[in-house]
Amino acid sequence: MSEKHHIIPVWFFVGVMLLAYGILILISGIAEWSNPPHTVLANLHAPVWWGALLTIIGGAYVLAFRPNRSQ
Amino acid sequence: MTTDRMISLAPVDLAIIVLYFLMVLGIGFYLRKFATSGEDFFLAGREMTAWVAGLSFLSANLGSLELLGWAGASYQYGILAAHWYWVGAIPAMLFLGIVMMPFYYISKTHSVPGYLQLRYGPAASGLSAISFALMTILMSGVNMYAMAVIMKVVLGWNIHFSIWVSSLTVGIYVASGGLFSAIFNEVLQFFLIWFGALLIPILGLIETHGWTGMVARIQSNFPGQDFTHAWRTLGSAQDNPMGMHWTGIVFGLGAIISMGYWTTDFLVVQRVLAAKDLRSAKLAPIIGSFFKMAVPLIVIVPGLIGLAVLPEHLVPQGSAIAGQHTYDEVLPLMMARYMGPGLLGLGITALVAGFMAGMAGNVSAFATVWTYDLYRPFMRKTASDAHYVSMGRWCTIIGLIISIGAAYLAMGFTSIMDYVQALFSFFIAPLFGTVILGMLWKRTTAAGGFAGLLVGTLASVGMFLIVKFNPEALSIIALSTHAKAMAEDMYRALWSWLICVFVTVVVSLMTKPKSNSELEGLVYGVTAIPSDGTIGIFQKPIFWAGVAALLFVILQYIFW
Repeated sequence: MSEKHHIIPVWFFVGVMLLAYGILILISGIAEWSNPPHTVLANLHAPVWWGALLTIIGGAYVLAFRPNRSQ
Repeated sequence: MTTDRMISLAPVDLAIIVLYFLMVLGIGFYLRKFATSGEDFFLAGREMTAWVAGLSFLSANLGSLELLGWAGASYQYGILAAHWYWVGAIPAMLFLGIVMMPFYYISKTHSVPGYLQLRYGPAASGLSAISFALMTILMSGVNMYAMAVIMKVVLGWNIHFSIWVSSLTVGIYVASGGLFSAIFNEVLQFFLIWFGALLIPILGLIETHGWTGMVARIQSNFPGQDFTHAWRTLGSAQDNPMGMHWTGIVFGLGAIISMGYWTTDFLVVQRVLAAKDLRSAKLAPIIGSFFKMAVPLIVIVPGLIGLAVLPEHLVPQGSAIAGQHTYDEVLPLMMARYMGPGLLGLGITALVAGFMAGMAGNVSAFATVWTYDLYRPFMRKTASDAHYVSMGRWCTIIGLIISIGAAYLAMGFTSIMDYVQALFSFFIAPLFGTVILGMLWKRTTAAGGFAGLLVGTLASVGMFLIVKFNPEALSIIALSTHAKAMAEDMYRALWSWLICVFVTVVVSLMTKPKSNSELEGLVYGVTAIPSDGTIGIFQKPIFWAGVAALLFVILQYIFW
């Protein structure tokens, strides 16, 4: 996407966003582990594994599309 | 509708929302230095890869109202609502990629009215540009108001706060980076929506013990009604909650409305025109089609799960009393059911992002059509490229201000929303007739194109008014007195397209056509379509279009 302009690939921004959100949600999920919210299936601790998934995918995108690598 | 908020946000949720606003503003400022020429600002430099263009193409249509509205429609109509994602999208997206995109791309047009200018001249182009610019900006306004209302109901946010904060943010980032900004944020929105909404079907299907368990619960909650078969109930308009016959779905939705929307609505086509080469432009809608087929998972399935698990029965908009929720609130209800702090912030951010990306799409398309299809040909034919870019930036701001005005207008007259939606639909079906005849039949003339577009549009408006003032006419236009608004829209589109095509053909046969040399690059039969080259089968757009078509057929079979 950056042949002419050398713009940082959009995938890098996607990675940063997912990584930041993943970390926030993961921490929030761990913090509420012993006192889960009053939601249905709270016993599954969705924020923990969903936050972890976002962190892994976001981290992979950041690494794969970091600016100095793409140029 | 209850006046209390449905969802309360924790600090982590607010942090996620604020982070999103900071991120899009930061991206807008970063991209400003790249949007210097007209091609950069209005077409993102024509350097997007197939994946970026494809996801942006899809996301431009995947707004929050779309998510909330179709989740609500699936609660109301069941899996019939999925037709708007399958037969109402996939054939049209593949047709755009394989058949129409070469003409858009080879002609180097910057917009759909721009293509009409090349093919038919200023009359048809001007009519299409004016209607598009006006309707796009009005639609943006009424959507802005509708979203602000949802934010008030769901989160308790002040309506004025929602309208102004989101508009200012969109104004800053689109005026800065033009289509670059709009596309970047649409790609972000794509990921946000998927990661924000995918947990609902996952947790919902865990709760109902899978699809079979969900179907059993729906049958128990709504005995005698079939919500989970897509085609089986379409044999008669009386057999399904939509009042729809299969001909309305196949011919009205599949052949006309969706073809018109996906192939001629500049809001979505602009994203594909930003692709870096013809192969990427052909692949972009095909890539989009795979994800479009999957969208029912995060939109339709939550509505169905709502039918299965919600203890209350939701009611139509306008008939809710205190304590009751409407169909359109099913998605927020499901979010509140399954999502705690953190995840809720992600889900709400996905809705906010979808809303803002939709607004950005509208204003960036408006700025392009105003600058290139109205201002340049009719007001100032010769000016520097920098002047047109400056006009585009100002148009973005002016477009947003008009949108905000339309939002406040909608606040005073709620029925205006229905009329604007209907008005927009008036142009889509005839425009598809005009564009497709222009591309595929070289005998079509400028006079034929203009007359067909005008008469087709007037016929559509006329049919709408006839039914409005004489509801009995519905049985003639929609072929059934049981037809609901959606069924009426399908048939009105079908008739107005047929009228447009008929008038275009008759007038064209009576007027002098352009020579072959004038039509080169614009019309099938006189244009050399570049080959995809000696690339492998897995890189060919036609191969992936075939795979998408096969998957589409399999889905229809599974959910028949």
